[in-house]
Amino acid sequence: MKLVAELGRRGIVFVSRLGAAVLFLLLAVRGSAMCLNRGKLILQQLYAIGVLTMSVIVVSGLFVGMVLALQGYYQLVNFSAESNLGLVVALFMVRELGPVLSALLFAGRAGSALTAEIGLMKATEQLAAMEMMAVDPMKRVIGPRFVAGIIAMPLLAAMLSAVAIIGGYLVAHGQFGLDAGVYWSSMKVGVDPVDDVLNGVIKSVVFGFIVIWITLYEGYDAVPTSEGVSRATTRTVVTSSLAILGSDYILTALMFGGF
Amino acid sequence: MWVGIFMIIGIGSLLMLALQVSDAGRGGGETYRLEARFDNIGGLTVKAPVMIGGVRVGRVADIWIDQEDYVPVVGMDIEKKYDALSVDSGAAILTAGLLGSQYVGLTPGFSDIYLEQGDTVELTQSAIQLETLIGQFIFSQGANPDKEGG
Amino acid sequence: MDPPAVVPGLSSDPIAEARNLHFAFTDREVFRGLDLAIPRGRITVIMGPSGCGKSTFLGLLGGRLRARSGELRFGGEPLPVNNAGLYAMRRKMGMLFQNSALLTDLNVFENVAFPLREQTDLPEELIRILVLMMLEMVGLRGARDLMPSELSGGMSRRVSLARAIVLGPQLIMYDEPFVGLDPISMGVILQLIHKLNTAMGITSVVVTHDVTEGCSIADYVYLLDDGRVVGHGVPEEMMNSEDPGIRQFMDGLPDGPVGYHYPATDYLEDLGAARP
Repeated sequence: MKLVAELGRRGIVFVSRLGAAVLFLLLAVRGSAMCLNRGKLILQQLYAIGVLTMSVIVVSGLFVGMVLALQGYYQLVNFSAESNLGLVVALFMVRELGPVLSALLFAGRAGSALTAEIGLMKATEQLAAMEMMAVDPMKRVIGPRFVAGIIAMPLLAAMLSAVAIIGGYLVAHGQFGLDAGVYWSSMKVGVDPVDDVLNGVIKSVVFGFIVIWITLYEGYDAVPTSEGVSRATTRTVVTSSLAILGSDYILTALMFGGF
Repeated sequence: MWVGIFMIIGIGSLLMLALQVSDAGRGGGETYRLEARFDNIGGLTVKAPVMIGGVRVGRVADIWIDQEDYVPVVGMDIEKKYDALSVDSGAAILTAGLLGSQYVGLTPGFSDIYLEQGDTVELTQSAIQLETLIGQFIFSQGANPDKEGG
Repeated sequence: MDPPAVVPGLSSDPIAEARNLHFAFTDREVFRGLDLAIPRGRITVIMGPSGCGKSTFLGLLGGRLRARSGELRFGGEPLPVNNAGLYAMRRKMGMLFQNSALLTDLNVFENVAFPLREQTDLPEELIRILVLMMLEMVGLRGARDLMPSELSGGMSRRVSLARAIVLGPQLIMYDEPFVGLDPISMGVILQLIHKLNTAMGITSVVVTHDVTEGCSIADYVYLLDDGRVVGHGVPEEMMNSEDPGIRQFMDGLPDGPVGYHYPATDYLEDLGAARP
């Protein structure tokens, strides 16, 4: 009985938090729309969100591409199909790993920082002070971060894929002596601009939306103490990662499911 | 400043994915439709490439079954610039490598009359199926000793 | 206990007043019928023990919290219910938060300029003049390029005060302005509150539990406890009150109407000594 009661209680908490998050989203989207004329604020956030995540993305992209090329080569060479290595790396990155991995890195790097920042702004009454100065925090704080996150995510995903494909080339050409032309042309034959590239970009936009939503909501909803902020930061990374992987399954099924 | 660099690299990456990796620039040209009837299309799928001598000239746009005689028909979009394909050209379903993906290979003919929008390629060769080949091979192996003995 | 309709020597037209105000957080009742009036152009000090809802009252008055029932008026009008109305009302208010609430990513100058940049389209040169005037008044013109993390507690409170008055509000709310300050900074803040009131005629509401400092600047004092006003009057009346509840707070006695012990079961029984 206790278990049932506990489950019910958690269910109610979950549903009410979800409702609050949806309400927050509506306000955030409204705030985003109202802050669009504040280019400077969005630029500042693009710097904090995009530029500072770029280095992580580039370095991990390079390694992921190199590993994919290594693993792919050892498997493909069994079927003497190593000429398709470029295609394998490109498809993996563009369809799946690029959007997912960059979103996970984004949640870990930019997401946790944003949650902590907003949570601390709340804990130090900065958000309340803005309200008292008749400045809507949704417009001044949440909006620009929301817009910047949605702009930055697909660009970061594209960077990750591009760098990984280059990293794969380094291994394919440098280590296995695969011809450059073979590597690059094999992906031109097999990678479709709409089915693969565009769908990958759509995925990353959706992920960016989900991550930035969770991130900002957790910060805004954080208990305004140092413990509350640290818990919110942890929750951001965990929830975002789960949401990315879950929605990735749904999106993949919808996009590549052969409808 | 840094934001500018970030945007340039990001958009550059997108362009690289679009042009260098997936070759979006070339697919957008005008095309005309050809059809070909095969006995068996094997594992051919929509969007598979159509090649002449290994050069891509179009893609498979549609695959369906003819409702009258129940034969698979493949519709291909061929780029407009390759509009001088003779009516006696042949189409075959080939495989890239031993286990690679399948594509349609066109063999140009010699006639002065060219195929036009909506025409059908008459000379076709179906997909070579590995299991059929292996079956034939085993069958012929089994048959050989009899031959020698006879 | 009703607040007097006319306080001797005070204007009869309060800038803000609360009537039978009820408010509760989800798990805790804070106000059960609060009645008080903030006289225009004066310094009103709201005192009370920690957790009695002093700061909550400022949240209600600023429209950041919404009362369960009762009436709250500002400038003769009930508090607006929609956001646009609230923001319009807040332009007439300034607030000094307990921990200053300076925006940590902006320097001192930009913090003071923040309300101007957000609320007005003033030219840059005018913003500069206004900000420097405000900083000069709080004595921190020289600190304009420092970041909030480089300021001491007293300094950041002064910057915060400069920010609160830069738009020329009618009312300033001070949330615990004396907490955690050294005696010199305390004197500076006291003097600033007084100066703003007398020189600029800004109505002030000070929420504090520091009896001496509160009474030294107050024109009128409210004492809150247990969600109600338990006493009010000009500082001298409060100092000389015979009411035990007021006396205990004013004199800082550990036991009295506000018990020393948190409600508990019988002590001996708890220890097990009452068993036969």
